[in-house]
Amino acid sequence: MSNIPADLKYASSHEWIRLETDGSYTVGITEHAQELLGDMVFVELPEVGDTVTAGEDCAVAESVKAASDIYAPISGEVIAINEALEDSPELVNSDAFGDGWFFRVMPSDASEADGLLDAEGYQEVIDEE
Amino acid sequence: MASKTVLFSKHLESNAKMVDFHGWEMPINYGSQIEEHHAVRQDAGMFDVSHMTVVDVTGTDACAFLRKLLANDVAKLTVPGKALYGGMLDENAGIIDDLITYYLTDTHYRVVVNSATREKDLAWINKQAAAFDVSITERPELAMIAVQGPNAKAKAAKVFNAEQNAAIEGMKPFFGVQSGSLFIATTGYTGEAGYEIIVPEDEAQALWQALLDVEVRPCGLGARDTLRLEAGMNLYGLDMDESINPLAANMGWTVAWEPSDRDFIGRAALTQLKAAGTDKLVGLVMEEKGVLRHDMPVFFTDENGVEHQGAITSGTFSPTLGYSIAMARVPNGIGTVAEVEMRKKRVAVKVIAPSFVRNGKQAF
Repeated sequence: MSNIPADLKYASSHEWIRLETDGSYTVGITEHAQELLGDMVFVELPEVGDTVTAGEDCAVAESVKAASDIYAPISGEVIAINEALEDSPELVNSDAFGDGWFFRVMPSDASEADGLLDAEGYQEVIDEE
Repeated sequence: MASKTVLFSKHLESNAKMVDFHGWEMPINYGSQIEEHHAVRQDAGMFDVSHMTVVDVTGTDACAFLRKLLANDVAKLTVPGKALYGGMLDENAGIIDDLITYYLTDTHYRVVVNSATREKDLAWINKQAAAFDVSITERPELAMIAVQGPNAKAKAAKVFNAEQNAAIEGMKPFFGVQSGSLFIATTGYTGEAGYEIIVPEDEAQALWQALLDVEVRPCGLGARDTLRLEAGMNLYGLDMDESINPLAANMGWTVAWEPSDRDFIGRAALTQLKAAGTDKLVGLVMEEKGVLRHDMPVFFTDENGVEHQGAITSGTFSPTLGYSIAMARVPNGIGTVAEVEMRKKRVAVKVIAPSFVRNGKQAF
């Protein structure tokens, strides 16, 4: 039974977003996703300044088991990336909802967040797998 | 319904994540396969390998039978306890299985075969045995625990009794000895020192617990795979199978061609394959980001400018080296560089003999 924080929004492709005080969203992958992937060995992130589009792949999480595309849950400009993942990809395993964040997006259309799942909705997605 | 080893409940006690491995419910990891990998390279780890099959070959024809059955020659084994690795081939020189044979006495050899191939192995062995005065006895009542790593022997010594410690004193690599209820062998699948211990099922849990108590870390199949691949050891079903001959699987050194009148099964076909030339199994190293994986195509250009293609048989991230390594089967004539197609682009890789890490250190 995975931990699913109630204050985040989720994509059915197992990414989470957290609203920050400046209106940007931090993006990562869920505890459930990191459990499925196993030990992370490389994370390929977009670059600061890149434009990402909701539903399109923009990063790669590569674990001992598989390379997995990460989809942008929300459209906008990448304003920060988690550079710690370059040397410590295992942060995704140890703290998926915290230090293992991937990147931060300033949304071009903040209403896109309303279309994402709440914790309960995401739990249903996991239960159906 | 998957089979469970006698250590199943011990795995759950250590929070193992269990997976189905060829019909056996086995631990893939106990939290982090990379930490388990490092434990074996730097300290001591243990694996439940009770799913592997122990087969005793006894009788007056035991030696003659195994000299027919195996591509390696058990006549090389003259010191009791000495072990030999090699392939069991079919008539076409395809590898039915790879296995270790221990010489115990002239009328008693012990063979340890893979679990995934157990049924076909036993069917083949029994069929070939019909013409010989031998008994083939599977030993399902025996469990097996592998203890591996630079501190494995010292930690295991605290668990063995005085008689056992005396029996293994100074034992060289690739030997086994029965002492008390344990068969203790200096073999393994990690490229580190250590033991593979065959133990009666009803004592296996106590042995596992005793090893836990001296801080040997339980390690799952995930770490076992990255460790064996770093060590350049083949995995049956990935790096070779019945469609592959030993010369194309980096197992040429396990084929005993001499004496030339020993007619082992597959010899005629293998002689022809050798004359015609076969593919080879090489090691690949990729220092940039990404992970080489099974089935990715490998390309190289020969000296005449002609491009050839092979494929990765096993690939992984090497926790010891910090980048990806792989084994690949390729046509003969490959040089020191090649390209691997991954995620729709071609990436340059180094080509080496397939041995990446030995005794904790880079081996190439």
